[in-house]
Amino acid sequence: MTGNQKEEIRIGVFICDCGSNIAGYLTMQELVDYARTLPNVVFVQENLYTCSESGINEIKQAIPTHNLNRVVVASCTPRTHEPLFQSACEEAALNPYLFEMANIRDQCSWVHMREREKGTERAKHQIAMAVAKAARLRELSRIELGISHRAVVIGGGISGMSAAMALGNMGYEVDLVEKQEKLGGLLNSLNIVLPANEPSSRLLHDLAARISANDKIIVHTSSEVTKAEGYVGNYVVTIREKSAENRVKAGVIIVAIGARALKPEGLFGYNGKSVITHLELEALLKQGAPAAKNVVIVQCVGSRCAERTYCSRICCMTAVKNSILLKEADSRNKVTILYRDMMMYGVENEDMFRKSKELGVRYVAYDPAKLPQVGEDFVKVYHQRMGKEISIPAELVVLSTPLVAQEDAANVSSMLKVPLNENGFFLEGHVKLKPLDFATDGVYLCGSARFPATIREAVSQGLGAASRAAIVLSKEALFTSGIVADINTETCCGCLGCVDVCPYGAIRFVEEKEICQVNKVLCKGCGGCAATCPSESAKLDGFSSEQIYAQIEQAFAS
Amino acid sequence: MSEEQFEPTIVGFLCNWCAYAGADLAGVSRLQYPPNLRTIRSLCSATVGSHQILKAFQKGADGVFVGG
Repeated sequence: MTGNQKEEIRIGVFICDCGSNIAGYLTMQELVDYARTLPNVVFVQENLYTCSESGINEIKQAIPTHNLNRVVVASCTPRTHEPLFQSACEEAALNPYLFEMANIRDQCSWVHMREREKGTERAKHQIAMAVAKAARLRELSRIELGISHRAVVIGGGISGMSAAMALGNMGYEVDLVEKQEKLGGLLNSLNIVLPANEPSSRLLHDLAARISANDKIIVHTSSEVTKAEGYVGNYVVTIREKSAENRVKAGVIIVAIGARALKPEGLFGYNGKSVITHLELEALLKQGAPAAKNVVIVQCVGSRCAERTYCSRICCMTAVKNSILLKEADSRNKVTILYRDMMMYGVENEDMFRKSKELGVRYVAYDPAKLPQVGEDFVKVYHQRMGKEISIPAELVVLSTPLVAQEDAANVSSMLKVPLNENGFFLEGHVKLKPLDFATDGVYLCGSARFPATIREAVSQGLGAASRAAIVLSKEALFTSGIVADINTETCCGCLGCVDVCPYGAIRFVEEKEICQVNKVLCKGCGGCAATCPSESAKLDGFSSEQIYAQIEQAFAS
Repeated sequence: MSEEQFEPTIVGFLCNWCAYAGADLAGVSRLQYPPNLRTIRSLCSATVGSHQILKAFQKGADGVFVGG
């Protein structure tokens, strides 16, 4: 800082007309004349479009010609154009963090279209504020980070296998970590998958064979990830395989731990023999159709209720699939599905639903306030249309239970510092725009760990997560942002206030010195520490209190 | 200064990721509002400390808006 203060500050201000977007509503000449009067400003230029090639060239030429060491552009929003102008500075050998923008379009000319005079007045202030801040900017550097071009996939179900396969095919080394003795997850328990109409084992064996043939993929079965340290590009992951622990370096981690089917203990007389779940029915169907002639399937068992409010989404199609298989095994079998709402989205599912009805599967809607009663060899249900209770013979009752979060989801969540929702499923970075990413860089998500997924969805999410991960893996190096926090070691008293508020775990307490220290690689520049620090020892480079005080002062300059 | 002529100056600290984007969107949508606001971009509303808010009042702000 001291070095910078000695140097004469020479600011160049570029004021953009944005065609008529700014020039049509503000008095540009007034802005130019005003900018010339501001302290440290040695050069002012009006551009028709500062972001055009000629505008950019004018910035690049003015920097050496007028010996500028700060650049301010008064134009649109930094949210879209800051990187462009920063790189113009960089090309002219000026540190890109010695650049500042004044937003006089989106937050001025466009919102004060009928108030030229007052709008121009506001623009002047915004320019003065940017100039005052620019004078206090200092050079910042981006830190270059190496990358481990290797991935760890946690969970060897269909989505994890798909992700590992995709990354392996791209040539990246992958550690695929599966808790069970063999790969496949829930797919191991399934019988026939529709609409493909093939045994799940065929699908599974085919993928498993391709994985074992790929020498880039190392499969760790009966293994668990017990620890993950580091950050994007440079994770160190501890894998416990049987009794041995191995530490591997990885650039990215994919969470594909899947989900498990709820065992409905205490619900609808579940006993695992005559009252079973779909997974247990699939096991019976694998060995040939069960002997029962009258089968009743109950939907929404343990889901869409107070305890678990969500719809598990895949149970309706599973029930319809199994009803078809039971009917096809013997058309004399009577199959009744007791449901609340049938969720048969998509072309194939609706066709499957129609087919089941053609085969004679009976659908009876039940009222959640009057739940079906499971008896010895019958199920009683209140038939809403008939307005009375009916009794349906049933030697076998199948309960459609939801997929619920894995028991170790909370462990994985705290280990990787990624969030879970209220039901224990992982929460993606953005509900619409980042479905396969976490807010934490370098960690990705796919399959039923996020929410119950069909095989097709799990596969596409696995492939998608692999692509997202490859964006990191394909780079030679990563650069951190220069905008990070810094703690003044002289004034920090080690109160730990910043450590508590940092959402990225980027600040640690250095015991021997009794001060707090920022890891600039982990820091995302949110500034929470700077706002919390009682002694203003923590500051955010590029948004420091000194810079902001200068802006505030100019907001009232006349 | 009579009541009618009073023109307050409001300092707005806007979070880059939401409120600042919202202020940009107001512009893109051509929503018109009084030109009494002076915006300061912050990277997070949590960055805005009490020091900064008090400084704004001290320097003459009639109101401070923290959007995040």
